[in-house]
Amino acid sequence: MEKSIYLDHAATTPLSEKAFEAMKPYFCEMFGNPNSQHVYGREGAKAVSESRAKIAAAIGAKPSEIYFTSCGTEADNWAVKGTAWQYGDKGKHIITSMIEHPAIYTTCKQLEKYGYEVTYLPVDGEGFVSPEELEKAIRPDTILVSIMFANNEIGTIEPIKQLCEIAHAHGVLFHTDAVQATGAIRYDVKELGVDMLSMSAHKFYGPKGMGALYLRNGLKMEKFITGGEQERAHRGGTSNTPGIVGMATALEEAMSTLEQDAAYVASLRDRFVEKVLANIDDILFNGPKDMSKRLPNNANFSFRYIEGESILFSLDLAGISASSGSACSSASLDPSRTLLSIGVPVGTAHGSIRFTFGKHNTVEDVDYTVEQLVSTVRRLREMSPLYHKK
Amino acid sequence: MYNEKVMEIFKNPQHMGEVENYNAIGTVGNETCGDIMQITMRIEDGIIKDAKFKTFGCAAAVVSSSTATGMIIGKTVEEALQLTNKQVIEELGELPPQKIHCSVLAEDAIRAAIADYESRQGK
Repeated sequence: MEKSIYLDHAATTPLSEKAFEAMKPYFCEMFGNPNSQHVYGREGAKAVSESRAKIAAAIGAKPSEIYFTSCGTEADNWAVKGTAWQYGDKGKHIITSMIEHPAIYTTCKQLEKYGYEVTYLPVDGEGFVSPEELEKAIRPDTILVSIMFANNEIGTIEPIKQLCEIAHAHGVLFHTDAVQATGAIRYDVKELGVDMLSMSAHKFYGPKGMGALYLRNGLKMEKFITGGEQERAHRGGTSNTPGIVGMATALEEAMSTLEQDAAYVASLRDRFVEKVLANIDDILFNGPKDMSKRLPNNANFSFRYIEGESILFSLDLAGISASSGSACSSASLDPSRTLLSIGVPVGTAHGSIRFTFGKHNTVEDVDYTVEQLVSTVRRLREMSPLYHKK
Repeated sequence: MYNEKVMEIFKNPQHMGEVENYNAIGTVGNETCGDIMQITMRIEDGIIKDAKFKTFGCAAAVVSSSTATGMIIGKTVEEALQLTNKQVIEELGELPPQKIHCSVLAEDAIRAAIADYESRQGK
């Protein structure tokens, strides 16, 4: 294989070497079930407890507020369904946004089948949820507000603290899906004030198959995965010791260099955006124009007159891995709900590509990608019946 | 997800563009669905002398457009009308199941172009 440039870090990241090393002993040697009452079990329990403390420290929580799950999606499901089940007799109204990840969006859609009512808040042209709109949507029977910390497609960082304060002023619980934000943005759950927060290890150079839900102490929450006494009897299932150790090691590492990494990744992203805008006409740069209000790794463009899968496939042939919000890349024919929500016309939304940079990318990667992108867009436009040269 | 043949054709599609002095044009699909194909032809004495396509769509749409266009050049109008997307897929070897609908576009565009030709002939 010639060149291979990975620009899809919002999809997943490579496992950190350090995390990989830390995980290794827990597969074959210290394999004990952390719930077992013997030396093997104690080794596992110690690793799990130390890892829990590291993750708690990274986000300003107490160790007893961190619950391990199998992924970010499970944490999101738990937060939404757990709240619905626990507080369903108080009310059956939930508020979320139009641009949530499917882990929240489809979970809410499912609850609608079971008698819950959901308000999907619109967003503005850059993907921001309006605090005023949220306040207007709150009703006496609202039990939960769930708004993502940062959007996975266009990188918008929502005003979580402000939104949370509004929910709390009306006595409503607040959850945030921080899957994209964790490890990329420094935050403190106590300062944010959120009641629940979801994260996923493989987005911050940790292993796949690991997530966590922060549940504020004192918050009563129905179980999602029922079973044994694991996770303070809140989430059954044998602890994934190597995964937990890997997640904690990766997060600790990410937090220790967060500001440098974010600045570096943002510098690559900014160089990319600048060059793309300078070299390609008829495109939309989706998401916040103020770079301080979007994830440092994210760039998202709609290329008019051409279709996303063709662009993605051409880039792939040139050794560049990015992601498309386009219909043809999935089984569905609908373009991205997020892009439509920020007002991108349907036809244009079909030609959208997300590039998400990572700490292993280089300036050369950026320049090569711009070069390939420029020629790909030119080639596909020549082929398009919609494009007429100016 | 695509086989070698599809990837090769996508990298280097044949018959792309617009036929000069075409006397048949067909455009099908729409931007909302994410697929549009335009085919232009020069038909003389009932024979398709030349044909070219332009496509807005995914790789499968581009490749089936290119392939179908190639398959009708030199054929009679009647023969071209017989072309089905199944034949286009056979020519390509295979297409992923969710991409089958993209190959229907070519068949439809050819029919639309021939209908255009016939209306120009006052048939």
